[in-house]
Amino acid sequence: MTRVGVIRLVVVAALIGALELACRLGLISHNTIIPPSEMARTLWTLLASGTINGDIERTLGMIALVIALSVVFGFAVGLAIHALPRVREALDPFFATYYAVPIFIFYPVLIAIFGLSIMPIVLIGVATAIVAMIIATLNGLDRIPRVLTKVARVHRLSRIGTAVTLQLPAAAPYLFTGVKLSVSYAFIAVVAAEFILSPAGLGRDIADAYADFNNRRMYALILFLLIIATIVNSALHALDMRWAARRTGGRQ
Amino acid sequence: MTAARRATDTFIIVLVMLAVWQALHQIAGETALPAPLPTLSYLMHNIATRRFAENAATTAGEFAYALILAYAIGLAVGVWMGAHRLSGAVGEPILVALYSLPKIVLYPVVLLVFGLGISGKVTFGAMHGILPVALLTMGAIRAIPPVYLRAARTLQLSPGATIVNVLLPAALPEVFTGLRIGFSVTLLGVLLGEMFASKQGLGSMIMTDMQLLQGEDMMTVTIALFAFAAVANAVLLWIEHRLHRRV
Repeated sequence: MTRVGVIRLVVVAALIGALELACRLGLISHNTIIPPSEMARTLWTLLASGTINGDIERTLGMIALVIALSVVFGFAVGLAIHALPRVREALDPFFATYYAVPIFIFYPVLIAIFGLSIMPIVLIGVATAIVAMIIATLNGLDRIPRVLTKVARVHRLSRIGTAVTLQLPAAAPYLFTGVKLSVSYAFIAVVAAEFILSPAGLGRDIADAYADFNNRRMYALILFLLIIATIVNSALHALDMRWAARRTGGRQ
Repeated sequence: MTAARRATDTFIIVLVMLAVWQALHQIAGETALPAPLPTLSYLMHNIATRRFAENAATTAGEFAYALILAYAIGLAVGVWMGAHRLSGAVGEPILVALYSLPKIVLYPVVLLVFGLGISGKVTFGAMHGILPVALLTMGAIRAIPPVYLRAARTLQLSPGATIVNVLLPAALPEVFTGLRIGFSVTLLGVLLGEMFASKQGLGSMIMTDMQLLQGEDMMTVTIALFAFAAVANAVLLWIEHRLHRRV
């Protein structure tokens, strides 16, 4: 590990250690924050008991569904818009504003329309995540070098052959950025929707535990979600780094 | 010609959106989602009510405090991490990791620490805004050409004067991008905070209207917030473009 990496690890460990110490010494009340070691122990018991398995499946399944829908349809919509320059020009200001308006406040409206089911959660998740994928697809398609089309013509590749062997790989880094953003938006939207109002799921569990003053359970669940989100985000980041290294490595 | 065409295209898209709204209204029914035209005519009436004004004032106050906190802390962290290389190298991945976490799960913690009043919502809003402001400020300061710093050293400027007279003006356009994004996400954070365990503010108003099946009230508040965020973003974008052109 690099020196910077070691320092980072020490900093994070020191922060967690300081929190642990402050809780143990009573500087922070047990009713406010419980020691991190206790969060981990409670989480372990919760996971071993299997009582939250249903909610884990529900929440992670919903996030996976939102990601899949956003990536597939975002890519398709991106392709379609890219092929229609006039539509694209008209939509550009909407894309520029999209993430500046709080889309999430539309969630109660969706509940009013579809009732309290998984439908509003999936829809608000897709609404949050899909536009990042559309923008990334447009970006990627814009940056395909012109020369590739000429290469394809020289090699007499079919339209589909050109798309699969040349254009898709050229756009891939931008598409992956879209996937990465979609994943993190899907996580945020689904958990937030569950937390604010939903029949079940980990977000709802956390809100319930908060309402019941069940701090141990609440902190264990929070820790669980933070761990999952961190693992997923760092895995995507590592993949991105490896591909970037391979790309620049191939060019040298 | 092109401007006219663009206006037509935008108009068509707005029409399509209104048509989708109308279609959803047909499916969902009057109580869940009122039709676009009655809602829009109701908008003016609702915004003029005392209930809206009081809640809007609450939200505006919380948002202002949250924004001040987010900008102050975000700029301080960003300048520090941008100017001090090791801190930046150590801290950047931590900030990026925090940025992509669902911060909503930390809201109960914020509520336990700061209580159910205004300070909890302000803190939660600021938590959203600090990270983009810090990350973009750091990036902006790192991208400053080293020759500027050498010039500052030649002129024997104090560290404070270097920051004020050299670093900030050079980094301003990109820092402003951070401030613009910080504005949007802080607003989102404050509204999210109001939607959970809160009795005041526009966010809680939407939730109450939803539970009472007051479709028109809910839609008008949502639209008013969208309009505010969109207009604010447009103004900030305009300033940002001017700053970029100046450099």
